[in-house]
Amino acid sequence: MEDFEPRIVAFLCNWCAYTGADLAGTSRLQYPPNVRAIRVMCSGGVDPIYVIKALLEGADGVLIGGCHPGDCHYQSGNLKARRRVAILRAILEELALDPDRVWLRWISASEGKLFADTITEMVQVLKDKGPNPAREAWAI
Amino acid sequence: MSMQAIVGVEDGDVLVALREFLRQLLDKKIVDALMVPLELPSGDAIAQTLIKDPEKLQRANPLAPVMMVNSANLVSNLTRRGSREKVGVVLKSCEMRAVTELVKLLQASLDNLVTIGIDCLGTYEVPQYALLSKELEDGAGPSAEQLQAAKEGQVIPRDGYEFRAACQICEYPIPMNVDINIALIGVDTATVILLEMEPETGKEVLEKLELQEGEAPAREEAVAKLVAARERQRDEAFTQFHETVNGIPSLVAQFATCITCHNCSTACPICYCKECIFETDTFRHTSDRYLTWARRKGATRMPSDTMLYQLTRMNHMVSSCVGCGMCESACPSDLPLALIFRAVGQKVQDLFDYLPGRSLEEELPVATFKEDEFPEYK
Repeated sequence: MEDFEPRIVAFLCNWCAYTGADLAGTSRLQYPPNVRAIRVMCSGGVDPIYVIKALLEGADGVLIGGCHPGDCHYQSGNLKARRRVAILRAILEELALDPDRVWLRWISASEGKLFADTITEMVQVLKDKGPNPAREAWAI
Repeated sequence: MSMQAIVGVEDGDVLVALREFLRQLLDKKIVDALMVPLELPSGDAIAQTLIKDPEKLQRANPLAPVMMVNSANLVSNLTRRGSREKVGVVLKSCEMRAVTELVKLLQASLDNLVTIGIDCLGTYEVPQYALLSKELEDGAGPSAEQLQAAKEGQVIPRDGYEFRAACQICEYPIPMNVDINIALIGVDTATVILLEMEPETGKEVLEKLELQEGEAPAREEAVAKLVAARERQRDEAFTQFHETVNGIPSLVAQFATCITCHNCSTACPICYCKECIFETDTFRHTSDRYLTWARRKGATRMPSDTMLYQLTRMNHMVSSCVGCGMCESACPSDLPLALIFRAVGQKVQDLFDYLPGRSLEEELPVATFKEDEFPEYK
């Protein structure tokens, strides 16, 4: 689908990933505009329900951005997020839904370029995958 | 289990022997109260009943092949804030496993509790059990033929009837971590019942009830045979599941008849949240929201959030799912929940090498984390 523009919902932790995304902006780094950022205080505060809701509403990809392990502002929130994402992806896989639409990446406050590159990468991967089949599913 | 004792069975009447054993537990003050499945006066239903009067035990029927509710919820009711009296509870394997999980979730306590497991010879759905109780001359309980089969490591339903889907694929028919287990599989129940006991409780029971130690040499092999058969059935069921569910359309089709009544959550022993998000204002949507969804996708199913509810419930509890199948039994739409949640539960539990109910020492996967794990996340 040539004109398919993936829609990514990104849950970004306040202290690292969101700040990193902000740095990408202030540095005027170019990256695809396909992402809607949602600032959370910590990646550990992302309940799987938010991710599932985004996917069922038709988001083509969901990115969770957190601090690198060891650097979490709240000590271990990102480690909890890691388990939650592992569980969510296992469930998606078991139900033959594409687990690779849910990404967990560690992006620090100084890694503006990494954020831009992550979005660029994700948009490309999602373009290759095509739109989320849940987009049309109304009987859910 | 380090101690084994024998309870004699007369005239092949296992039920009478069990009633007598349970009565002794009350009479000899091993427990102050006993929760045990009782036959209700209507004759076609069973209810776990908390008993103080030993006379009531005349209706006790721990052999009844039905699980009206998962008793873990009841144990939680009795012990959530501790119990001041010593209570004995008769539990099936999946019920005890769920109790262990609830203890880890701080929803139940093992203090002042004497857990009495009983080997599970399969359960029927509640309406089936009611039917069987009325149709069969000797009632719905295990027949002499079924007990003989159990002795040889086979658990079979009555002719023409089937056990619940969850039971057919259950690889854990023997209760784990109970203080006393009433062993039936691999045991010659025409003459004896075997009791497997933890040393502390065992010592007290042996002494006060004046029982003889004993053993059932055929037990280990019989149990292994049954477990192997169940594992085969489980694997077949999982394979079929993977073939049936292969993307959004087939997944939605599986849940097509779901009416989002939340009965599965009510029946589930693991779903303990007093304020489940789905019962809060978060899901009392304004009409504008419904209309927006309808506009966006062209149409929106009502009531809303069916798949969201199912997938979220899965994410929240499946790491502790004991496969009791109460969800499926409680479902008014006959969704194949037992298989779905077991298949997904297996996958998630394997991620952490975790078996719900295996040990109090093993932390809940969702309540802990390691510094170094899942290196694939960068």
